[in-house]
Amino acid sequence: MKILVGYKRVVDYNVRIQVKPDGTGVVTDGVKLSANPFDDIALEEALRLKERGGIEEVVVVGIGPADLTAHLRNGLAMGANRAIHVVTAEAVQPLTAARAFLKLIEKEQPGLVILGKQAIDDDASQTGQMLAGLWDRPQATFASKVEVADGKVTVTREVDAGLEIIEAELPAVITTDLRLNEPRFIKLPDIMKAKAKPIDTIEFSSLGVDAHDQLKITNYAAPTKRSKGVMVKDAAELVAVLKQKGLL
Amino acid sequence: MSKVLVIAEHLGGKLNPSTARAVSAAVAVKPDAIDVIVLCDSVDAIAAEAAKIEGVSRVLTAARAENAHPLATVLAPQIAKAAAGYSHVFAPSTTFGKDVAPRVAALLGVAQVSDIMSIDGSHTFKRPIYAGNAIITVQADPAHAVVATVRTASWAAAASGANNAPIEPLSLDIAVPTHTRFVELLQGKNDRPDLQSASKVVSGGRGVGSKENFEVIYRFADKIGAAVGASRAAVDAGYVPNELQVGQTGKIIAPELYIAIGISGAIQHLTGIKDAGTIVAINKDGEAPIFEVADIGLVGDLFKLIPELEQAIG
Repeated sequence: MKILVGYKRVVDYNVRIQVKPDGTGVVTDGVKLSANPFDDIALEEALRLKERGGIEEVVVVGIGPADLTAHLRNGLAMGANRAIHVVTAEAVQPLTAARAFLKLIEKEQPGLVILGKQAIDDDASQTGQMLAGLWDRPQATFASKVEVADGKVTVTREVDAGLEIIEAELPAVITTDLRLNEPRFIKLPDIMKAKAKPIDTIEFSSLGVDAHDQLKITNYAAPTKRSKGVMVKDAAELVAVLKQKGLL
Repeated sequence: MSKVLVIAEHLGGKLNPSTARAVSAAVAVKPDAIDVIVLCDSVDAIAAEAAKIEGVSRVLTAARAENAHPLATVLAPQIAKAAAGYSHVFAPSTTFGKDVAPRVAALLGVAQVSDIMSIDGSHTFKRPIYAGNAIITVQADPAHAVVATVRTASWAAAASGANNAPIEPLSLDIAVPTHTRFVELLQGKNDRPDLQSASKVVSGGRGVGSKENFEVIYRFADKIGAAVGASRAAVDAGYVPNELQVGQTGKIIAPELYIAIGISGAIQHLTGIKDAGTIVAINKDGEAPIFEVADIGLVGDLFKLIPELEQAIG
């Protein structure tokens, strides 16, 4: 069985984003880029499943500009067997990404697709669900535990009410939550080995995916700032202030 | 002419308050009608609750055994079929809504707007990106249905009681997939107020130090009638179960009063509380980022301060 892993590159989670003054976007020039944290968890889970046996190949998939290749090399250094780079200079929204993934699935025939539960840039949390819908296969979102056996996958999902366990026939789509695993660090020799691993590049335009119906983003704005607060000196003063505001 | 279909969220035969919040967002579209769809094996009690929500025109029910558990694979094709004739399909931006709505959107072949925080026009919405550090204005194509999730923290629940909307069974006579099956729901035992709808929330972070120490947080929350939340650090350290996590990847809440205790205030946590009425921070580190957003700050040892607070409250 083969596992496809979505591997998006985003602005590093520690960076404090600045909105451009003219409202046309956020500043990304010279800003540190990293793997979407949930995608590192997705790749880690695929590698662990492979280490447990029964998985032949883990393939990382990225959609983005020409320089995304370096990012995909990180996925290969972490342990993926090969990478697919769908090349496009345009920003790709979830529905378009899901359609592109479906094209790759038709060609690759994976038993499992693992994506992050959301990308920390657009915070959409859609691609995995959309892909599963288009593919007409099971979806197990927000996974915190995954077990594969006998042609099916049992997934523990983090839901608002607690933990939900579902069972799905393969092939299926899983999206990862934070507590699924702790991704491994990349070691230097693996970076060297990754240079020899194959990266297939495919022009987005050659996939035959319709990308015209993306949402139009007409403005970017900074969130309204909260006004500066006050410091109180002790517990009694805090309680007095809260009582005065009618909050206690 | 716009018509909104709101997907009801429910658990254990009770309507979730997130549904009334999604109805509030639907009202802001200024539509000609707002219908709520209830999918369950036993719909009556839930539909009766939904019918009372102010602004709801009709409650549509899809009762079948397969709908006993909220499996997106089972519900989405039914919702997509029911969506015919609607200009908008809204779901709350809870784990339920986030799971099912994009699948509905994909089946309808339309993009989705996630986490609507305000509505500027029937097809123009504002939503947060980058953990709430930027707000974008998004325009959806009026040529087809808008599928969206509603950021519950941004919308007050629509009033309930005076309305008496008609309840109509829908015949959605379609086959649903059997490839995905519900096994079990493990619920945290919690008789405290619901985190997402509570007016007061007391949250603990890494500074609380242990699962045992978290009793201090629970006791203080109970004293003031608050729900209990936590930072990711506290959840990862095993102090509390995951459903208490507040932040970008946990719950986004907007209580009147939020008290953060022993929480440093990472960007991802602040995203979850930005819309709180009053934020109080109690931390021994006066330089902690939480003080940048707190309305009231108190520097000191939480184990000394909490008993003092309890005493001062009386």
